[in-house]
Amino acid sequence: MRRLSLKVGYTMPILQINKMSHDFGGLRAVNNYNLEIESGQIRGLIGPNGAGKTTIFNLISGIYSPTEGEILLNGKSIVGLKPYQIAAMGLGRTFQNLRLWRHMTVLEHVKMARYSKINYGLLGAFFGTPKRRREEADIEEKAYSLLKLVGVADLADQVILNLPYGAQRRVEMARALATEPKILFLDEPTAGMNPEELKQMMDIIRRIHSEFGLAIFLIEHRLKVVMELCEIIQTLVFGEVIAEGSSEEIQNDPKVIEAYLGKETIL
Amino acid sequence: MTFFFQNLINALQWGSFYALIALGYSMVYGVLMLFNFAHGDIFMVGAYIGFGVATGLVALSSMGALALPHWLILVLTILISMFLTSFVGMIVERVGYRPLRDAPRASAAITGLMIGIILETGNLALLGAQRISFPALVQSTTYNLGGVFVTNKKIMIVLVSIALMYALHLFVRKTRWGMAMRAMAFDYVVVPLLGVPINNIARMTFAIGSALAAVAGIFFGVAYPVLDPYMGIIFGWKAFVAAILGGRGSILGACLAGFLLGFIEIFVAMIFPSTLRDFIAYSIILLILTFRPHGFFGEPYSARLRL
Repeated sequence: MRRLSLKVGYTMPILQINKMSHDFGGLRAVNNYNLEIESGQIRGLIGPNGAGKTTIFNLISGIYSPTEGEILLNGKSIVGLKPYQIAAMGLGRTFQNLRLWRHMTVLEHVKMARYSKINYGLLGAFFGTPKRRREEADIEEKAYSLLKLVGVADLADQVILNLPYGAQRRVEMARALATEPKILFLDEPTAGMNPEELKQMMDIIRRIHSEFGLAIFLIEHRLKVVMELCEIIQTLVFGEVIAEGSSEEIQNDPKVIEAYLGKETIL
Repeated sequence: MTFFFQNLINALQWGSFYALIALGYSMVYGVLMLFNFAHGDIFMVGAYIGFGVATGLVALSSMGALALPHWLILVLTILISMFLTSFVGMIVERVGYRPLRDAPRASAAITGLMIGIILETGNLALLGAQRISFPALVQSTTYNLGGVFVTNKKIMIVLVSIALMYALHLFVRKTRWGMAMRAMAFDYVVVPLLGVPINNIARMTFAIGSALAAVAGIFFGVAYPVLDPYMGIIFGWKAFVAAILGGRGSILGACLAGFLLGFIEIFVAMIFPSTLRDFIAYSIILLILTFRPHGFFGEPYSARLRL
């Protein structure tokens, strides 16, 4: 519904990147990168190891600051902003190598992501004011609904350490969603998964996409995943986009085949 | 047996100082992965701020400007000193540590040492080298409990210290800031990506640790009413030992290890000549650490996740 209404008339891209480059020392990690993602779109970014995919995520989420170029989130420039500010503006993300807090519970992970949405003060925290109780109850309810959505609600009180890998991925997803992002970055969400887990994860991605109508930007190593989920795919090689298009166009692009498929047959 | 209980009471008081100071070390180490070697000197500054506030309040009260009972002066001294000392901690964080957050750990460690020296010598320049005595805010009353002598001061010190430790435990477990601190302890990078300004959390960590050190300083002044600018050094080292022995970032661990240090020191002194106290006490602790290299509640962790 939300997506339909947005398709009408002019839509401002939720994320727009113009001529972004980044150097690590003397090495150009990302060169002249452009991107435009509209609300509710699922975009994919593929490329061999070391192509600079995660660097692009880190640049957009504010962990690095680009050497050149501009990044607009919802029409506002976010270059130079702190990661927490960018996150508060509606960008959520997950990580390739899970970044979870091993000794905290699943529920705490999701609650933590609500940090910037909580208003109660120090006194409220200590004396259990009605406001705090209301907010806490509200957070817990939201947290459970997200955990249910990704299918780990029954593990809410478990410590991450004791969870199987696939469940950890889902927790990370729920945590990212709890920040109420308008655009979600997923960095290899199916890395290290078996075919069954992979199928489930793709279902989850589809579900959260339709439930929240959010834009998703996906890095993947497995072409099957990107090809099935994404409307438009970019191929990155040595920090440069060599092809952009639908999954069919990408699959048949000789440059992609040469640079990517030719060497590594992951299909 | 009464002899044992007498020493037990003394050890509880002595351990309270270590535990309160160790919490500051442990929190900063847990959350920011740095050793704030200036923390012992923040304890000293806290004691002096307490001295200043108490002296001021006593003077005001004796001039008749506001007639405050002594217990209220003590409560106000503690609260005002916690507040003021927390700013010392926040300034130390802002000036000394934040610019060096991504620097090699050794640089951050010497920052602490340098700030410590600055605080000591700054105090020396400001107030001179003579020791000053803390105003007697608490009229000492001694209770005889079946041969064990307990003063009201000792009871107060131990109970208030434990109450503060419990309050901190609740803060870290139950509030969003505490949750952010625990999260930062495990993974620094992802916390801001959830919309949490980590500089605020770092500042808060230093503020809380410093406020607790101020309480330790005031209690020290109440129990042993002599302050000098170098009082924080040995105390700081020992509390640091307690913090590490307790396990990285563990509040319960830092408290228990603080009390344990107090017990070991007091009971070693009970059996052996007091000149051998620290020699034997810290040999025992070294031995404990050999068997529990991560401390009591520390988790064996691999290299920290950082970008």
